[in-house]
Amino acid sequence: MSDDLEMQYEVARSRPEAFYERFDRKDELQHQTHYCPGCGHGIIHKMVAQAIDELGIQNRTILISPVGCSVFAYYYFDVGNVQAAHGRAPAVATAVKRSRSQSIVISYQGDGDLSAIGSAEILHAANRGENISVIFVNNAIYSMTGGQVAPTTLLGQRSTTTPEGRSAEREGYPLRVSELLGALEAPVYIERVGIGDNKQIAQAYRAVRKAIENQVRGLGFSLVEILSTCPTIWKMSPVESQRWVHDVMEKTFPLGLIRERTKDAQPHETPAPAPADLRKVLGIADQARIVPHQVAKSATNLQVRVAGFGGQGVLLLGEILAEAGLNAGLEVSWLPSYGPEMRSGTSNCHVRISSEPIDSPLVTRPDVLVAMNEPSLHKFYESVPPGGWVLYNRDAMPGECKRTDLNVLARPFTQIAKDLGDARTGNMIMLGALIECTGAVPWQSVDAALRQMIKSEKWLELDRRALARGRELMREPVEEAVHEG
Amino acid sequence: MTNPEKRNSKPDRGSISIDEEECKGCGLCVEACPTDVLHLSEHINHYGYPSATYMGAGCTGCGICFLACPEPGAITVLRLARRPSGTVIAEHMGELAS
Repeated sequence: MSDDLEMQYEVARSRPEAFYERFDRKDELQHQTHYCPGCGHGIIHKMVAQAIDELGIQNRTILISPVGCSVFAYYYFDVGNVQAAHGRAPAVATAVKRSRSQSIVISYQGDGDLSAIGSAEILHAANRGENISVIFVNNAIYSMTGGQVAPTTLLGQRSTTTPEGRSAEREGYPLRVSELLGALEAPVYIERVGIGDNKQIAQAYRAVRKAIENQVRGLGFSLVEILSTCPTIWKMSPVESQRWVHDVMEKTFPLGLIRERTKDAQPHETPAPAPADLRKVLGIADQARIVPHQVAKSATNLQVRVAGFGGQGVLLLGEILAEAGLNAGLEVSWLPSYGPEMRSGTSNCHVRISSEPIDSPLVTRPDVLVAMNEPSLHKFYESVPPGGWVLYNRDAMPGECKRTDLNVLARPFTQIAKDLGDARTGNMIMLGALIECTGAVPWQSVDAALRQMIKSEKWLELDRRALARGRELMREPVEEAVHEG
Repeated sequence: MTNPEKRNSKPDRGSISIDEEECKGCGLCVEACPTDVLHLSEHINHYGYPSATYMGAGCTGCGICFLACPEPGAITVLRLARRPSGTVIAEHMGELAS
């Protein structure tokens, strides 16, 4: 090594520039995606972003995001975006590409989106040979909606709608979309790849890059099918999920090139239509004035807001409370409000229990706020009217929550649940405390609701213990809190 | 900031920098690493995940962990390169020298 040269570490691979620096979607966790740990979408997003960087096309890329967990692609990719209706991404991509022929249009779709509800759109876009790039993420199931059978589900594979496994007689055979499209004349490039091991991941990246590069060169329709993972719905660890792609999925969906005509393809462009006076063409008149509804006086009975991270049992807590209200002969409403993610997103629900008919299921001024984490507390703290209750999942309220006109029970419910047998029953401890402090529903109807909702004996037992513990916590004298402090 | 001793004793061809607060502890990089120099920490990060950690030596800079990782910027891969002296040193060098 000469004196003028020295060995230094240089950044070889880092966060692609096609991603935003911060993700606006949430108040917190702005540097993380909403995907579950080990999600295949994260890996494939990174491949797309990396390819956009390498091809230098960030300024003219327009991503069409689908319906499914990847609906939020627009929060992550710093490119143009149109979010399409379920399955319609190839049709929207066609419109975008034809009206802006210099843009690079990437249709990103899952298997539920592309192969079921959107089977017509992809078929015809491919048949027209639209000069677009399609990234088809196939994980053999509907994940965002909780694991229903998809056209791509493997024979014998269990799902919520094929509890005994998919059977060819009942649900048909797994749909091999790439082979189907490979029977058409127009497509120039179709390849199936996977993310089952390092070799597959490296090949998947090459294919994603190639599908996009083909469009840059104006060659025509390109599609990459990627056998991907869903650790959450498959109920496997991320590493097990990758092996499943490699060992099981690949048998039904063989990897490899299905169409390769890029060498013979001639660059071409579909001319954009001349802009017309849309208003005139469509005959749009003045928009009709929207008359606001009369707002009825709200009922005065119990209004509850339950909030936390997805997976903490927020919705179940509310549901059991509402079910208990029904059992007690009351009017009830339960309104869940959550993002498409299975875990780690925010989740909350509105519950109303009333002796009068309920006008709206919305709870904007909760008598009781159940906050299962700090962001939820901050979000709804000010909405609790004076004299209301706050149940908070920590041993003390944060310093900035200083209101003196509220009743507060701050306890580490999750930890208490863990000591009791399972951390996941923290929600039931909080429910026990809630029922004890409001007295809105009798305990018998709560127990009946529990029996209706909880099917496993083991969990019924755990949840009963948790409810009882919550009741005790609410009855415990205040002095204990002073000792803890 | 470079450690002169390390430079003389054949430095690793690559190195890894991990943003512990972005990592969700899925373990895919640990599985992907051909030289087994990544592991999941005993320590739980701010969001409750055991973060991936570089053992500090043995990285070849192959970069497969970067593609295997689902989080946009959790992993940064560094490679040893010969550069004219006095050029800007990668900001991750601080961690590497320690």
